[in-house]
Amino acid sequence: MTEITLEKPRSQWRDVWAQFRRHRGAMAALVMLVLLALFVLVGPLIWRIDPNFIETNTVKMMKSRNLGPSLAHPLGTDQLGRDMLARMMFGGRISLAVGSVAMMVAIFIGTTIGVLAGFFKRLDSWLMRLTDLFLALPLLPLLLVMMMLFSEATAAVLGPRLGTFLLIVLAIGVTSWMQAARVVRGEVLVLKEREFVLAARSVGTPGRRIILRHILPNVLSPVLVAATLGIAAAIITESVLSFLGLGFPPDFPTWGRLLYDGIDSIRTYPERVVWPGLAISITVLSVNYIGDGLRDALDPRIRGR
Amino acid sequence: MLTYTLRRLLAAIPTLLLISLVIFLLVDMAPGSPLSEIPLTVPPEVRQKMIAAMGADQPVMVRYVLWLKQFFWIEPLYGIDALLGTDFAQGAQRIISWQSKMPVFRIIGERLPQTLTVVGTAYLIGILIALPIGIYSAYRQYSWFDQAGTFFAMAGFSVPTFFTGNVLILVFAVKLGWFPTIYDTNLKVTDFASFYKMVMQMALPVTVLALFNAAEISRYTRSSVLENLGQDYVRTARAKGMGEKVVVLKHVLRNSLIPVVTVIALGLPTVFGGAIVTENIFKINGIGAALIGAIHVSDLPTVQTVTFIFAVLIVLFNLIADILYGILDPRIRYD
Repeated sequence: MTEITLEKPRSQWRDVWAQFRRHRGAMAALVMLVLLALFVLVGPLIWRIDPNFIETNTVKMMKSRNLGPSLAHPLGTDQLGRDMLARMMFGGRISLAVGSVAMMVAIFIGTTIGVLAGFFKRLDSWLMRLTDLFLALPLLPLLLVMMMLFSEATAAVLGPRLGTFLLIVLAIGVTSWMQAARVVRGEVLVLKEREFVLAARSVGTPGRRIILRHILPNVLSPVLVAATLGIAAAIITESVLSFLGLGFPPDFPTWGRLLYDGIDSIRTYPERVVWPGLAISITVLSVNYIGDGLRDALDPRIRGR
Repeated sequence: MLTYTLRRLLAAIPTLLLISLVIFLLVDMAPGSPLSEIPLTVPPEVRQKMIAAMGADQPVMVRYVLWLKQFFWIEPLYGIDALLGTDFAQGAQRIISWQSKMPVFRIIGERLPQTLTVVGTAYLIGILIALPIGIYSAYRQYSWFDQAGTFFAMAGFSVPTFFTGNVLILVFAVKLGWFPTIYDTNLKVTDFASFYKMVMQMALPVTVLALFNAAEISRYTRSSVLENLGQDYVRTARAKGMGEKVVVLKHVLRNSLIPVVTVIALGLPTVFGGAIVTENIFKINGIGAALIGAIHVSDLPTVQTVTFIFAVLIVLFNLIADILYGILDPRIRYD
């Protein structure tokens, strides 16, 4: 019997992965991000201290305040005796969740507007004018104003935690879709003229099907890159809001909020600012590096070099 | 070029009107308005008077048009009066802050110099750091310097300014005691000693902002120089026997700076936004601090006006960037 050895079929994603692996910074960043994700997702299953636990006994509570690092509290405790390690894990969950969900909102709006503007000529000028209008808005001041004005109302309807979460996610999403929309529109304008779209059209495929089946899969690469960079931007924005005191309530810590709470005691307990700050910086740096690596890996002109 | 500029200026008017409407409605229709914060013990007729005194009993559209008139007509008149000592405004109603009962523009006029000194210096230093790094990174692509420059830029826009700012305070102000932690706004530069004090208190905030700006600009410079280094005219210049110094610093640099200049112009309004955070860290009494303060006490006229000024800055610098691009690059002709 003779075995015929065929070269394994190479899929596009395998090529992308091969190229991505050659980007040393991006690989290091990926490892870092996986470790961080494990820390915040699996960590609380092992480290079972409630991040909001405060000793009810006053004497015990006074004793458990502002402890330095020890075996019982590796990162010490805060001014109310809450365990910092548990708070860091819990805060990381919220920060990463805000980043991912806000990015999804932004990408959804951006892709929809980009595809509609690129595909339908009638909508193009209006949608692009809308995009330009959003680009001209002073986003940080507006975000602050939105948080100030709407946080009480949403908290009253949905509860302080869910309400603030949804408000922050929506506010960030609504103010950061413009880049994605522009990139997607540019891609769609090119794709629309390609032969396979013409072929699809000539056999009578309706516009909706052309978009879903032929256009969308082909704009995946730029959307993926925009999405990665969007997570980083969203995490930063959330921490800025929390830092300015307009983010999450104090019993619902995020990394930004922890840093904000630590500022008051920065002279005596600097580690309370340094840990959350480092966590934010490393996460955002990793995500940005991954985005950079993805951009190189998804660009067929660079791939294979 | 002139017709293009005029056309763009005209086109900016509806954009600005629309933005002002968005800002006004967003701030005005929000449920958390200060009118709901008048205590319930206040009798209804007094409450009515309070609302009327704030001018908040008029319909939204009336207030919007009034605000527009104040912003675009009355306030500039007061500005001219203050400059020339005339009396065009004749005591017309200005935009008054609910918090301090002062005209909003007077507050802005008091706060703006602080912001401009810090932000302006930081942006200038940022550019001065970024250009050499970007040029050398591109010239020696993939060298260790380039790798380090890439990391520096990545770190620069990944590490949030409120973290770098606080770490700098911690290390250089608290531990080493080299610089003051808080910015003294009342400091007047009169002699060398006060100038030295000014430099010392500006050092930390300027460093934070400059590093952040340098990160972005150095990336743009690098990619722009890289693109130009591969052009034919560079090979021609080298073939003529020109020195590397002349080729890079004269031929390549001039052409590479065209997109960089527009990026610098486009980035300026965002820098004002970023200054909100920096002013908060270093307790600088600037326009960003004024905005945050107004937001926390629901001072709607101040919030609306300052936010809209930010919007005007963005639209203005977009326009400046476009026109600069047309002037600097003769290949771009808009007409």
